[in-house]
Amino acid sequence: MAEIRVQHLRKAFGDFVAVQDSNFVVEDGEFFVMLGPSGCGKTTTLRMIAGLELPTGGQILLGGDDVTMLRARERDIAFVFQLFALYPHMNVRKNIGFPLLAQGMSSAEIRSRVEETAKLLRIDHLLDKSVSGLAGGDRQRVALGRAIVRRPKCFLMDEPLGTLDTEFRDLMVHELRELHNRIHATTVYVTHDQMEAMSMADKIAVMNHGVIEQFGTPREIYDRPASMFVADFIGSPPMNFLGFGGGLAKGAKEIVVQGAKVTVPEVREDVAPADMALGIRPEHIRFDDASKLRGAIYGTEYLGTTQIVAVETSDGIIKARVPAEIRLNAGDHVGLTLNSARLSLFEKGSGRAVKTAIHDTASQGRVQHG
Amino acid sequence: MSLTTAHSVVAPSASSKRIAGAIIIAYALISIVPLLWIFATSFKTPPDSIAYPPKIVFQPSIEGYCNLFTTRTRQTPEYINSLGPATGFCDETVRKRNMVIAGPSNFLPRFINSLVIAFGSTFCAVFLGTLSAYGFSRFKVPLADDLLFFILSTRFMPPIAVAIPIYLMYRELGLSDTALGMILLYTAVNVSLAVWLLKGFIDEIPREYEEAAMIDGYTRLQAFWRTVLPQATTGIAATAIFCLIFAWNEYAFAALLTSGTAQTAPPFIPTIIGEGGQDWPAVAAGTTIFLVPILVFTILLRKQLLRGITFGAVRK
Repeated sequence: MAEIRVQHLRKAFGDFVAVQDSNFVVEDGEFFVMLGPSGCGKTTTLRMIAGLELPTGGQILLGGDDVTMLRARERDIAFVFQLFALYPHMNVRKNIGFPLLAQGMSSAEIRSRVEETAKLLRIDHLLDKSVSGLAGGDRQRVALGRAIVRRPKCFLMDEPLGTLDTEFRDLMVHELRELHNRIHATTVYVTHDQMEAMSMADKIAVMNHGVIEQFGTPREIYDRPASMFVADFIGSPPMNFLGFGGGLAKGAKEIVVQGAKVTVPEVREDVAPADMALGIRPEHIRFDDASKLRGAIYGTEYLGTTQIVAVETSDGIIKARVPAEIRLNAGDHVGLTLNSARLSLFEKGSGRAVKTAIHDTASQGRVQHG
Repeated sequence: MSLTTAHSVVAPSASSKRIAGAIIIAYALISIVPLLWIFATSFKTPPDSIAYPPKIVFQPSIEGYCNLFTTRTRQTPEYINSLGPATGFCDETVRKRNMVIAGPSNFLPRFINSLVIAFGSTFCAVFLGTLSAYGFSRFKVPLADDLLFFILSTRFMPPIAVAIPIYLMYRELGLSDTALGMILLYTAVNVSLAVWLLKGFIDEIPREYEEAAMIDGYTRLQAFWRTVLPQATTGIAATAIFCLIFAWNEYAFAALLTSGTAQTAPPFIPTIIGEGGQDWPAVAAGTTIFLVPILVFTILLRKQLLRGITFGAVRK
């Protein structure tokens, strides 16, 4: 196993820049997830780490060695593809043993390694079956088996659960994380699904337009989004934004939104007057008739334990997550109070988060700008 | 509406199945009549073969096959009687017609030429076609679209349109009447078909297979050999049949460029007519034998061929 260090990585396809100046370190044994919408450059980054694409610039270090320009087969990594890429003309045993065959291992050794791996993944009863007859989850396990059988320096996974149905996906998310806890393999996992990312990752990099918007733990990314993009991409429903104007002074603790005073975490930097946005997670909104921040109920979505309430304010619709018991009718006028300790402030133009007291405890929530 | 009246919108109804079946049977009968005619004629005696009205029921004879494989000379009855007893059925049959077997005919060597040239050129066309198709499918080839169009454009006109330049060229190069020349020619004609057909098949094979193999420690060539090729067998088989049918049946170039040692069966078979009267049974026998290899090859690969005609659409 090894650490992966990506430095100033850049990839351009003609005029289109797929990845620009990416920097991150995946520590030995870490489960690292690259998260972002399609076309954000996450798969391209992964393919460059794998050696399936050559970077336009920058460096990739694998366990301290510069592998930037090495061929895929010289890197000692394993890759799990979205479509699994199980060879249809081979059975499960041959599929898993295929990488070992390339190393010229004896057939007895291949046999024992394949069986050991199959046992680890609980697919030893399928070894002599054809891969075409397997269910989605088992195909996934075979693909994983082919990856771990070699004991490579790291695992790269490109949306490996993307084609599974929801039921299997939840099961596999659990299994993948459990497997990782057992073998502690450095893993880079690409997905557009925030639930997968949040539930499996030690570290997440949120990417957009070829830029890493934020790199941090799932908690940091959720609680202290570094940009409006991250705030909007993570969370279901995503973070709400309420616009406000004027600058911010270092030490400020209060802003005015739609005529109402809102207490916010203490601002740690001076911000020149500009269009600003206040970011509020749906669960940090409470209804309070005394509040000056007002809106009208637009609709509700009942989820059992909670409900999502859409409230129309003078700055558009915001969504609140409130206990399911509260009875609300469309058209009702309500006052909103916000959980002051958990609010985020953004510069609307750049989308950048303003440094406030919520970042004080952030040790690794580094903000990286391309 | 009750469930009993519901009908499937995709499954054909019984009556439409019957109509389709009738059309297929009628078409099959029409197509097969000439083949049956040839097959029957090959087992007729020469007088039966030209009888009018044509004989449907006749005494089968292998005289046509005897004549196909032999050359004969006419002799006087006295000479024939002076010979020893006939050595076999053919000998006996020929003697009844006041002839003796002078030696083997050229049919067998011509037939072997056909086999060598058709299978050789098919192998070359499919081999080159597979590699080019893989290249076009997987790599960024400069001017790929133009090159592919150029390859296709070689089929815009009938190949025979360039017969004269090729004839002159072959004469200069010493390729006239050589198996090598014919293999090269048929390969050149077929390779464009092979590239286009196979590119479709290889495009359908996700490149993740090779990428997985290359990450797992294989070179690109090994990855191609172990992951792409096994999955392209359907396409390769279908392409091979198309190429083989062309090369096997080709008549015009064969007639023009081969006359002796490298002559193939198609231009040879008609020449049988001239030898000792209009020997239709011998011609029919030659045609029947000529049909066998392609029939066997097609039957062996019919599963791939059926899947192949859909141009890979069935592959998942």
